[in-house]
Amino acid sequence: MSETDGREKTRLDGFRALCLARFREFYRESEVVFWSFAFPIMLSVGLGIAFRNRPAETLPVAVMAGPRGAQAADVLARTPLLKATVMGEDEAMRALALGRVALVVAGPRADGTVEYRLDPSRSDAAVARARADDALQRAAGRRDPVPSAVAEVREPGGRYIDFLIPGIIGMNIMSGGLWGVGFNLVDMRIKRLLKRLVAAPMRRPDFLAAHLAMRLVFMVIEVSFVLGFGHIAFGVPVRGGLPAIFAVGALGALCFGGLGLLVGSRARRMETVTGLMNVVRMPMFVLSGIFFSADRFPQVLQPLIRVLPLTALNDAMRAVVLEGARLAALPGPLAVLALWTVASFAAGLKLFKWS
Amino acid sequence: MTAAPELSPAVAGPSVAAATPAAPTVVVSDLRKTYGTVEAVRGLSFTVAPGECFGLLGPNGAGKTTTIEILEGLLAPTGGEVVVLGRRWGRDDQAIRERMGVCLQQTVLSEKLHVDETVELFRSFYRRGRAPEAVIRQVELTEKARARVGTLSGGQKQRLAVACALVGDPDLLFLDEPTTGLDPQSRRQVWDIVNEFKADGRTVLLTTHYMDEAERLCDRVAIVDHGRIIAEGPPRELMTSLGGDHMVEIAVAAPDVAAPARAMEGLPGVRAVNLAAGRIVLTVTEPHLAVPAALERLRAGGWALSDLSTRHASLEDVFVALTGRHLRDE
Repeated sequence: MSETDGREKTRLDGFRALCLARFREFYRESEVVFWSFAFPIMLSVGLGIAFRNRPAETLPVAVMAGPRGAQAADVLARTPLLKATVMGEDEAMRALALGRVALVVAGPRADGTVEYRLDPSRSDAAVARARADDALQRAAGRRDPVPSAVAEVREPGGRYIDFLIPGIIGMNIMSGGLWGVGFNLVDMRIKRLLKRLVAAPMRRPDFLAAHLAMRLVFMVIEVSFVLGFGHIAFGVPVRGGLPAIFAVGALGALCFGGLGLLVGSRARRMETVTGLMNVVRMPMFVLSGIFFSADRFPQVLQPLIRVLPLTALNDAMRAVVLEGARLAALPGPLAVLALWTVASFAAGLKLFKWS
Repeated sequence: MTAAPELSPAVAGPSVAAATPAAPTVVVSDLRKTYGTVEAVRGLSFTVAPGECFGLLGPNGAGKTTTIEILEGLLAPTGGEVVVLGRRWGRDDQAIRERMGVCLQQTVLSEKLHVDETVELFRSFYRRGRAPEAVIRQVELTEKARARVGTLSGGQKQRLAVACALVGDPDLLFLDEPTTGLDPQSRRQVWDIVNEFKADGRTVLLTTHYMDEAERLCDRVAIVDHGRIIAEGPPRELMTSLGGDHMVEIAVAAPDVAAPARAMEGLPGVRAVNLAAGRIVLTVTEPHLAVPAALERLRAGGWALSDLSTRHASLEDVFVALTGRHLRDE
């Protein structure tokens, strides 16, 4: 009845079967496929359209009604990229306060002084002031001592979508590690599947190794997909070599696989692991420069932001993809990723519970 | 009634490759497990011989699962000794796992994998084992081999779990509550599989809180209550230890059943009289004598009979006689 099949299985057979099982579980889970492939594309398209580069914007300015105001209004009305409206003082100041105009031009007064009223915290105020002042000075007869000319350069690489795509890749690698390893381990623990596996002569290190090996495989697929999409649909430049791109991706995938192992090392409830994942994810989601540059945060926060693994991954990925940087030129971010990888694996393996 | 632990020299040393034919497959002596202040297992001892099917029978919370998981190497005992297949946990873990099959209580196998993929995955962990198709055929899942695990019924999932336990061609099979929550037909299918395994001369250790399951599968049972063995032996022997192997239950349309119950004492063939859930329960050696005599007593006393049933004594009755509680009270 129970004849052996005569086939001697090796440790490698077990590892291969674990990898295969993990791979099948991945592509048969429609939610995972959505979050790994469809979602990043939707996000890139949505944000790429919303923040596409536009030609310089025409700025509204108010010219205060007065005896000499009419002449200033006349000059500004002919100035490109400004839209001048004559208003009474009260009306003009209210429009400024409400942000309907970027600038109020008052005067010239009896002594010839023109006064610009503006809110210095608004970035368009300075642009409006420069344009208005330039126009009024030239109209009054200013001659520029240095002749100047403008040459237009339209090279991809500096647009928002170019910035965004490597950030989306970083975000994807982070989510893949936390969900694919952390959440999945807790799910298997709750279902007692981990316990069942270790009751078989499965090699425990091989089980975790198979999880990580599959993370690397999925990383290659995900990165190729998102980067390929950005390149074909938006013309995002890929200046670095693919080996360097995948090397950075692999380090990122291992790092977040390690963090996933750590957050999933002993939780026995879904609420616990999702809570822990949010603690890890949320700060980096905001701080690590996925959607906008991490440089925008105050200087005091920069040392903290720079040691976050996702900041390091995004910085390295942008440098390689957009600037064609070589790995040797990125010791800082790569060291940060490597340290997080080692630390999270050491802690995760120490804390890990099979049941 | 607890068997004394027998630690033969053959099983004491780690270098013994396999238990000799005479050596027990499982030896448990003074096993203890404490969780914080809760004593789940308080000094269990028993042995399981090769080819035997041994059952731990008891209510929920008796310590059965804790005991079997210690034997499976999944939990560390607080005290006591365990020898499985002539080896000890902590020294020869991989060697023990190669030769045992495990079916945990309520394992949810990966829903996204197919039945055959799941069995193949488990096969890959064992150096030597059986062909996955053969095991799938044995548990009657051939038609479902390409179905996802998530689409199986409860009984099919349990048979798949048994298949995963059998695919390593084990000498010792652990089954923790193998048929809990299954419909009668699925239970019989699981029993058939276990009996086939036994027929091959292999050893089974199972836990259950169904006495019919223990009676049907086990050569010997240990009745466990509050972490201790309160009775041990072949099911038949335990049942005859009650003094009779038939039970007669009598319901009387009277507010007080104590008086008619007293009237039953000393009747021919009646060994014991108990009250359970408002019914009079007689332990009887010869029903053909006891039943007419009991009916005669009722008529004489003017008590109206509302129900009478006779059945064979079961392990449930043994449990009730020993503890005053039913197995599934909890």
